[in-house]
Amino acid sequence: MRHDIGAEAVRAKGWLRAHQWLLARRASQFAVVALFLAGPWLGYWIVKGNLNYSFTLGVLPLADPYVLLQSIVAGHRPERNALIGAAIILIAYFLVGGRAYCAWACPVNVVTDAAHWLRARLGVRGGARLSHATRYWILAMTLALALITGTIAWELVNPVSMLHRGIIFGIGAGWLIIVTVFLLDLFVAERAWCGHLCPVGAFYSVVGKFSPLRVSAVRREQCNDCADCYAVCPEPLVIRPALKGADHGIGPVILSPNCTNCGRCIDVCSKDVFAFATRFSNRGEPQANDQRPATRPAEVSVQLS
Amino acid sequence: MEGDSKFKAAARRQFLFDTAKVACGVGMLGLAVGLYAKQAKALPPTAIRPPGARAEPEFLGACIRCGMCMRDCPYHILDLARAGQDIATGTPYFTARSGPCEMCEDIPCVKTCPTGALDHKLTDINKSRMGLAVLVDHETCLNFLGLRCDVCYRVCPLIDKAITLEQQHNPRGKHAMFIPTVHSDQCTGCGKCEHACVLETAAIRVLPRHLAQGARGRHYQLGWEEQKKAGKPLIEDIIDLPDRMPESPK
Repeated sequence: MRHDIGAEAVRAKGWLRAHQWLLARRASQFAVVALFLAGPWLGYWIVKGNLNYSFTLGVLPLADPYVLLQSIVAGHRPERNALIGAAIILIAYFLVGGRAYCAWACPVNVVTDAAHWLRARLGVRGGARLSHATRYWILAMTLALALITGTIAWELVNPVSMLHRGIIFGIGAGWLIIVTVFLLDLFVAERAWCGHLCPVGAFYSVVGKFSPLRVSAVRREQCNDCADCYAVCPEPLVIRPALKGADHGIGPVILSPNCTNCGRCIDVCSKDVFAFATRFSNRGEPQANDQRPATRPAEVSVQLS
Repeated sequence: MEGDSKFKAAARRQFLFDTAKVACGVGMLGLAVGLYAKQAKALPPTAIRPPGARAEPEFLGACIRCGMCMRDCPYHILDLARAGQDIATGTPYFTARSGPCEMCEDIPCVKTCPTGALDHKLTDINKSRMGLAVLVDHETCLNFLGLRCDVCYRVCPLIDKAITLEQQHNPRGKHAMFIPTVHSDQCTGCGKCEHACVLETAAIRVLPRHLAQGARGRHYQLGWEEQKKAGKPLIEDIIDLPDRMPESPK
């Protein structure tokens, strides 16, 4: 019999509390698109532009620092508004966890979550083995392309900006790229795009390397090993050190910059092990804060077997 | 001990193979995107960038595809290129024949550009150089038939400066020809002439300046202009013979 993921949490906490962060996240993702559509569809110009750059209520500029970085590497010196906007975004995502962008703002997250859901429903297993570090290689490659071509080359194909801009301004043949991402996640590898390949996510991982807001396994001694958190986590590697590291002197805070602060593990845990916390609330031994010592021996033994 | 070194060698080999795998895969993706980016630099001649746009390769490094210029254009002439079009995805353009630039004096599209891909130094719309109008087809232009269409001349925001009508003898014997003549030092490339051309297919079109203009070698000097500049004949002691003109009929 297949273990029904999250059923235990629903029984223990009720459906709403077992989905509260997921609902909040979907509301946030919906709002990010709806606010931009309110102008062209309804005539309420709250915000203009798209995720690459936007101007809110005639005062607030927001710019994507990754696109701007590519522009600068390509040899352009941006005007003031783009620089201010990028600075605001950098500070904001540094504070709330860099990859909160992926979980709370990025429209592609809905596509890849849908692919993940369908993958589980269809029982698709296995697939290509991709390194989680591939995204950093792609990040470096996009910057190298900007330098070599003198243009923001990645923007020609970037699914993240293509989907958001496409919804607001018209997508053309760009939907093919979005379908490709969906099929990639469905059949080629689990969580292939957001978890392994996307350079935008990699960039925001770097931004959030030392973010204060983190998820913490505050009541990890309550864990009953149901493994539901691993099943729902878009970056399952980040949980283990914090959840199971007590014996190794590792604190309960998930410090990996790859954690997207989506909060799904908080929802799905019937024992309320997880909660949002700050990285400063880490009770572990200071010298063993790093996740690596705990995971490395396990990885090596797997490769040898 | 021997087992340990074997283990290390195996781990090292595995690390190198894994690295090579990722590097090659990402390299291939980079090559594909890079070649596509190179092709995307070739802007089709009918796609005109908004006022103040930097030269094409530079523009593609500066424009972050936010669409603010399109939003702030009061006449909604701008569009963002979509994937599958010949124009770099997400970048703004307009088509003169369907909707020309209306030449707003406050140039809102330039003002709103966050990166300066549309150069903020452009403050006088008459100084913008979006392209250059060219009367490409003399065979269909009505004025070349001796008719007084004149529409391109009439709609030009810089009438009598960017487009003038130059009178010419009509070999047909009737009706002098008034040839619409574009002056490159004045024309902004707004496209109003192309939009207004009454023909089925426009005889006057806005082209990118590098396609529309020739260039003399820099060594090439026009004697009469040099003489005017110098204020005297360039070569001393040339005898200026009287010009012998045909006698006018009495």
